[in-house]
Amino acid sequence: MSVSDPPPAQASAVCATHVPTLLRYADGSLVLSQRLAACCGHGPALEEDIALANIALDLLGQARLLFAHAGALEDQGRDEDALAFWRVESEFHNPVLCELPNGDFAQTCLRAFFYVAWQAELWAGLTHSVDRTLAAVAQKSAKETRYHCEHLAAWVVRLGDGTPESQRRQQRALDYLYPYANELFCDDDTDRAAAAAQLGPLPSTLEAAWRARIARVIGEATLALPAPVPFYSTGRQGRHSECFSYVLAEMQALARAHPGATW
Amino acid sequence: MLDEAAVWQVLADVPDPEIPAIAITELGIVRAVECLAGAVTVTVTPTYAGCPATEVIHADIRRALLAAGAVDVHLRTQLAPPWTTDWLSAATRAKLNANGIAPPCSAAASNTHALVFRPRVRCPRCHSQRTECLSAFGATACKALYRCLECHEPFEYFKPL
Repeated sequence: MSVSDPPPAQASAVCATHVPTLLRYADGSLVLSQRLAACCGHGPALEEDIALANIALDLLGQARLLFAHAGALEDQGRDEDALAFWRVESEFHNPVLCELPNGDFAQTCLRAFFYVAWQAELWAGLTHSVDRTLAAVAQKSAKETRYHCEHLAAWVVRLGDGTPESQRRQQRALDYLYPYANELFCDDDTDRAAAAAQLGPLPSTLEAAWRARIARVIGEATLALPAPVPFYSTGRQGRHSECFSYVLAEMQALARAHPGATW
Repeated sequence: MLDEAAVWQVLADVPDPEIPAIAITELGIVRAVECLAGAVTVTVTPTYAGCPATEVIHADIRRALLAAGAVDVHLRTQLAPPWTTDWLSAATRAKLNANGIAPPCSAAASNTHALVFRPRVRCPRCHSQRTECLSAFGATACKALYRCLECHEPFEYFKPL
């Protein structure tokens, strides 16, 4: 965010994976925000249109704060716009879950619910980060994330415990999306280094609380939780699904067509 | 040259761009003012991280202070402690209500307990308690959509955060 003037005294990175860790968090927020923003004007009702756009905006706010922080720590002259618009597909490290197609409304809601429910656990874990700016972003975001969780979970329950058609669709979305959640809890070297430096929680430590929350909501929605499968998507390592390049192309086209343009 | 009291006075006349009825100082987002060697530094905290009004507010602060005679204006963003609607005074809440926006209930409890998402909200027009939440998200990040079942008017509720 280009609003700090003069810039606050910069802390230095606590470990080699500090910036990559921030980018993983930021990329997840940005990509899901972009996906949800595409629903604007297409919501099933005006209120829902507004709600999804609001959630997208909050996610964008998280991404901007995290990008600005990562860019300052990295100290290579990349600001939030450079990080969002001038990296290529393999340089993005969001979980694949965030980039999956919107599908129908049931899929849109459940995909977002999976991610914001994960964020709720993440923010709680980040409150104790040695990176005090990251902790502040987490503390701020946690309050907004509670509204997202509540709203999206309510839709999953309403559709699941709804008409035969809405239930069929919500179950279909659940069967499709559930395997992609595995990636959210899969520790790699970057995660282990970040956890050792007390930067952020190990993803695997967030799993139990997340699965408990999901099971509660899925139960209330009278849906059947799919059996676990040993499938791990790899967006956090920069290897994405086929649909991701289309998301990026749409998001980046304007900035790339007019480099350096300002409002 | 402006002193800190004068700066606060100028800021008290800068309206929130989305809720012009209340000033940014009433919103609780101005966290500090410092005047040092002719430079004015205003520390602001965002309401919602993605609130598009944030940048407008920064520009408005700068413009108002320059118009009041400041020559060197700096804006700082402070994230912690995060903004909460509990910083709205009783007078500000009354002002919101008078402008058709139901004021927020206390958010303090929500820091340790489950947030009350859809509390009983009194209609700002007819004061009936028979109201219902249409959506937790409204025309701006900080408001929810409600409807009064008594006077049938829709209204906005300033969400506790």
